[in-house]
Amino acid sequence: MTSATTAHSVVEPSTTTRRFAGTLVVLYAIITMIPLVWIMLTAFKSPDDAISYPPKVMFKPSLEGFCNLFTTRSRQTPEFIRSLGPPQGLCDDIARSRNMVVAGPSNYVPRFVNSLIIAFGSTVLAVALGTLSAYGFSRFRVPLKDDLLFFILSTRMMPPIAVAIPIYLMYRTIGLSDTRLGMILLYTSVNVSLAVWLLKGFIDEIPREYEEAAMIDGYTRFQAFVKVVLPQATTGIAATAIFCLIFAWNEYAFAVLLTSGNAQTAPPFIPIIIGEGGQDWPAVAAGTTLFLVPIVVFTVLLRKHLLRGITFGAVRK
Amino acid sequence: MAEVEIKAVSKAFGKTQALSDLSLTIGDGEFVALLGPTGAGKTTALRLIAGLEQPDSGSIRIDGRDVTGDAPADRDVAFVFQQYSLYPHLTVFENMAFALRAPTRRMPEADIRAKVQEVARLLHIETKLDNKATQLSGGQMQRVAIGRALVRSPSIYLMDEPLSSLDAKLRGELRLELKRIQVDLGATILYVTHDQTEAMTMASRIGVIEGGRLMQIGTPREIYENPINAHVAARLGQPTINLLPAALFAGAPVGVETIGARTEHLTIARGGGDISATVKRVEHLGDQSHLHLDLAGRPVVTLADPEAGFGAGDVVSLRLNRPLFFDAKGWRVAA
Repeated sequence: MTSATTAHSVVEPSTTTRRFAGTLVVLYAIITMIPLVWIMLTAFKSPDDAISYPPKVMFKPSLEGFCNLFTTRSRQTPEFIRSLGPPQGLCDDIARSRNMVVAGPSNYVPRFVNSLIIAFGSTVLAVALGTLSAYGFSRFRVPLKDDLLFFILSTRMMPPIAVAIPIYLMYRTIGLSDTRLGMILLYTSVNVSLAVWLLKGFIDEIPREYEEAAMIDGYTRFQAFVKVVLPQATTGIAATAIFCLIFAWNEYAFAVLLTSGNAQTAPPFIPIIIGEGGQDWPAVAAGTTLFLVPIVVFTVLLRKHLLRGITFGAVRK
Repeated sequence: MAEVEIKAVSKAFGKTQALSDLSLTIGDGEFVALLGPTGAGKTTALRLIAGLEQPDSGSIRIDGRDVTGDAPADRDVAFVFQQYSLYPHLTVFENMAFALRAPTRRMPEADIRAKVQEVARLLHIETKLDNKATQLSGGQMQRVAIGRALVRSPSIYLMDEPLSSLDAKLRGELRLELKRIQVDLGATILYVTHDQTEAMTMASRIGVIEGGRLMQIGTPREIYENPINAHVAARLGQPTINLLPAALFAGAPVGVETIGARTEHLTIARGGGDISATVKRVEHLGDQSHLHLDLAGRPVVTLADPEAGFGAGDVVSLRLNRPLFFDAKGWRVAA
């Protein structure tokens, strides 16, 4: 009796079970999404609506947050503003209604570009180095292989911030503070351990007969690696790249400590938009909303690989 | 095509001696099969010739040239793997063209296309060329795997149990086809298998390998009729040769410890033989029957005519008819 019931539930979950599971997943998704939706709503609110109590769900959308995000403004007397010509675009119009004029562009775009360069740069480097070392660990008899792999993993066992002061001093001495290169190298070195471990698992699963066949067919080992191993490791590479990118994109502590005027990334910049004379939450929310876009796009593009990537090895053929 | 000469090659993996002092010459256009159980060192021999492993000692010459230290790509050999031989991310055509597209060959695209189509026709897979390699049946996959090797004209084809993952019927078909192709192309093939039927039907010579040592090499007939020891004798013949203590029979030559009796060495009758045995079980195979006998507590398996009408519990008499004799260590003793 018991075994029959078990067998049944393993083969095909009942409709009730499936509905219950579905409800749970939807509920979880909603709970996770509420803060994000709230941020996006706030981005389109006026500063007054953003801090009104009770919070407004229905409101008149405004682009003031985005204007304040991308510009710097200076306060002027109403007489001076009236003496000016017609407003130059939407943002100038909004600024004038608050007795301000647009003084110039903000630093958001250069900070965002820094984030893009540093996050994608370090991801590419970490994944490239990770793939090569994972292949080496997977295919060759490396002396002290297990110890080396453990050592690589052990760099992940402490919070990276524990080494912040030494790195700060080191970077100051060799001139890497506040440079994009410095941040790329730093994030690469943090991510490469994750990349090696993840990718080694994937490459171990690719039978070595494929490369051997290619090598007998007239290819060198490196050519066989490129032609045969890489195409089959795309799933693992994509999953690893997403994990690396998310880390580098979101990293805050090192960015605060090591960057300022030149190589500052978006995470330390967004909180300081908060502004003078009143807290400009719509601008912060607008900065955060735009900050989410690259990760969302990247993840959506690679989602097929990601799903297979994180469940890899769980299901055996 | 060329001659391949393996001289005193040994290889160990850690403490395991995979191959000891293997010497073997495969003549131009010859089909040699290495027959042995799993772990006998057959695959190691192929991998050494291909250059996927380096021998601890000894040398390998292909077409008179010493290739012992050469990279696999420089040896001009083709390898058919037991499995995993097709690239899952490529189509059948691309799989077969893969070797021809190697940077060292620089073959014109038109020639590649022509060659792949020619081989595909030979293997009856010309309609499957645009399929992904993973969309094929087991038999088709194995044909493509063989096709991958056939598009080239290497010095030697190395085949590692290419048919073992197929079902019996397909295996029979491909066995015939492979032999036909080998004869047509005059190809030199070293074929590794644990299936005696494959070795017997396709090979011009069989090398019996056991525990990393080449025990005996010769034509299928020689190996079958004149095995040098009991191991080799037990490798060939269906049902397996019956190894019985010589003491059970009168008149064995001096020094003979074991008598090897195949079906053709045993005459079964209702009475009047040298020794009597009890029928334990009869397996009907259709055209013939396997007779399981109990001879003084030892199992004996032999073939019988279904018409003979033996049944479980019958007492029969056996007569030996020029059997094989082995000494205490299992070596052959002349009759």
